[in-house]
Amino acid sequence: MGVTLLVPDAAANITPDASDAGLRHVLHALPGVDQVGAEARAAMLASRSIKNEAKRTAIDLAISMVDLTTLEGADTPGKVQAMCAKALHPDPADDLVPPVAAVCVYGDMAGIARAVVGDRLHVAAVATAFPSGRAALEVKLADTAAAIERGADEIDMVIDRGAFLTGDYGTVFEQIAKVKQACGDAHLKVILETGELRTLDNVRRASWLAMAAGADFIKTSTGKISPAATMPVTLVMLEAVRDWHQRTGRRIGVKPAGGIRTAKDAIRYLVMVQEVAGPEWLTPDLFRFGASSLLNDLLLQRQRMATGNYSGPDYVSHD
Amino acid sequence: MSLEYAPAPESTDVVDIKAHYGLFIDGEFVEPIDGTTFTTINPATEGVLAEVSEAGPQDVARAVRAATTAHTRTWARMPGRERSKYLFRIARLIQERARELAVLETLDSGKPIRESRDVDIPLVAAHFFYYAGWADKLEHAGLGTSIRPYGVAAQIIPWNFPLMMLAWKIAPALATGNTVVLKPAETTPLTALAFADICQQADLPAGVVNILTGDGTTGRNLVEHPDVDKVAFTGSTEVGRAIQRAVAGTQKGLTLELGGKAANIVFDDAPIDEAIEGIVNGIFFNQGQVCCAGSRLLVQESVADQVTEALTQRLRTLRLGDPLDKNTDIGAVNSAAQHARITEYITAGENEGARRWTAPCAIPERGWWIAPTVFTEVSTAHRIAREEIFGPVLAVLTFRTPDEAVAKANNSPYGLSAGIWSEKGSRTLWMAQRLRAGVVWANTFNRFDPASPFGGFKESGFGREGGRHGLSAYIRSEVV
Repeated sequence: MGVTLLVPDAAANITPDASDAGLRHVLHALPGVDQVGAEARAAMLASRSIKNEAKRTAIDLAISMVDLTTLEGADTPGKVQAMCAKALHPDPADDLVPPVAAVCVYGDMAGIARAVVGDRLHVAAVATAFPSGRAALEVKLADTAAAIERGADEIDMVIDRGAFLTGDYGTVFEQIAKVKQACGDAHLKVILETGELRTLDNVRRASWLAMAAGADFIKTSTGKISPAATMPVTLVMLEAVRDWHQRTGRRIGVKPAGGIRTAKDAIRYLVMVQEVAGPEWLTPDLFRFGASSLLNDLLLQRQRMATGNYSGPDYVSHD
Repeated sequence: MSLEYAPAPESTDVVDIKAHYGLFIDGEFVEPIDGTTFTTINPATEGVLAEVSEAGPQDVARAVRAATTAHTRTWARMPGRERSKYLFRIARLIQERARELAVLETLDSGKPIRESRDVDIPLVAAHFFYYAGWADKLEHAGLGTSIRPYGVAAQIIPWNFPLMMLAWKIAPALATGNTVVLKPAETTPLTALAFADICQQADLPAGVVNILTGDGTTGRNLVEHPDVDKVAFTGSTEVGRAIQRAVAGTQKGLTLELGGKAANIVFDDAPIDEAIEGIVNGIFFNQGQVCCAGSRLLVQESVADQVTEALTQRLRTLRLGDPLDKNTDIGAVNSAAQHARITEYITAGENEGARRWTAPCAIPERGWWIAPTVFTEVSTAHRIAREEIFGPVLAVLTFRTPDEAVAKANNSPYGLSAGIWSEKGSRTLWMAQRLRAGVVWANTFNRFDPASPFGGFKESGFGREGGRHGLSAYIRSEVV
């Protein structure tokens, strides 16, 4: 129930042969987003004060939700192996620190990552001509298949923003649906690249389009475009998964990625997850942070809470 | 899993509440002539905060005399740019002491610290800054070139926004060259007394601002004093009527800002998630003890069930409790009397046949609390749809067409504010032209700005506070 009833039934039953006109009809019937109001709501949630035990719990939860990421042209097997070791034991001096949720690498590195983490962590690979998404569909599908073959069990795909912005929703839908098919059992995260969609109305429509096409997760950004994840964008995506669940009974995950660097920011996102989507989403199965430097700040804050002292950047490992 | 927020109370170390307060007359704290006192309590704990003096008739006379002298000898003669300097100084002191004032306001009124910290006190400072800017430009305000203040302004303010209402009254009065005798509400005198301290700190000339604490009797004595030139009142329509009768036939100027029963109108093409926030902010901000509260939700029938359902889901996440906790959304209502009044209306709503829904909140053992309450199946004939409750109680009504929305929204003795939620700008403007309300918000609610005039139609009063319009309430209109 809830606001989702405002969404036509069809939204939950879009089929792969859905026409552009049909998709437009459904997506443009979604309630608009008032940007000023959404920003005010996000700012209010960011003002929650999380202290003491709640902060300790939140920090460990945030660590367990990190997709520890390296997506550089200069990535080498050594760099990926080092990152994977850190993902398994974020703080070598403290066994109580939970491992992160997954490592996130380019597809060709998926095998290197899998060899280190075994079945103890998820291996996510970006695919479909990341980050631009500008490639033929068959290339995108081959990219996906190759990553899975090398051991990835999560695929972070990018949507074709050009197609979305020209209103060619059918193409976007078809590509997501086909990549989903190519994923088999692997989980599919669909990157909307909200920094290029610009408006919150577009974020809402792209979220629904991705969910309808088979996304297991919707993800804000590649990290290669500014702005990456923001609180208002993530708010709108959390509203979308909340409403989708109320409509279909199925919970889709959300992954803000890029730009979340401090424990304080991460905790603000967790507050927003709890108060907007609901506490059911406070699990690595349904919420992830796409980040690299965030983990070290979470570790420093964790050490500070345990010892009362702020140890400094030389007391956490740098990749 | 669920993230339980640990208590995060704002420290009270920043405030220094005295055991006893005198009256602030002619630049000094003095004891009342007949020695009567009363106490002010923290409505969240029922604990006594301080003993405050009750100003009797002789104290009123002293204060008015001090204000008259200050007006004729000092303040009205002073060039506008000099008055401006004092107002800027006061504004800066308010910013410097913002945390102290926010805590004090929350302790005395019961409102959440998040509101006093993020809304009330910043607006108080902004109001003084705004009118400080006008003090030397009055000839350019479009109000004529012969600008003359009234003289002594008697100002009586309510307990819902104690320091903000003080700012709305004092800042324009001082900017235009009036001196003031202000009576804060009986239940919330502490920030006005802190403001008296700020006046001393700012070296404001003696007698320009006088603060008299007391109850309705003090207020009546002040209004009826023959040397008062201007009366400004914010409060209930009932008291406003009595004041207007008392002032009739005298030369006193009068502005009244009274009650309201605002319609918050949600169309089927509204940005629904933000509309839900606007509804919550409209009626649960400051526990609904807001004259311009959006206490009537008018929702288009085609989306009524969905909006109500989404609203109740949202209300489940509101946090009621210790007003000093930074995570509290709903604080205490201001007094036992207000608690009784709200409770009586909730009972009336049930008896009249509306369907009540109350947010599931644990109510603290001590203090005055009302959980957010929503009535559906409300008819326009019900008391809860017509009378000002001044509490966290929302009446939900429906409409089918824009004409019907206008008719229902205007079908009230009040006309203070209204809200319109729609993504269609042309209809929002069409509605705004037809709503008989002093303030019409579009896709927002309860937003204030010192540059924007605020005031009512019909029984909600007359005169405007804020903006250029707010100056005219303190200027004698005359043609030279």
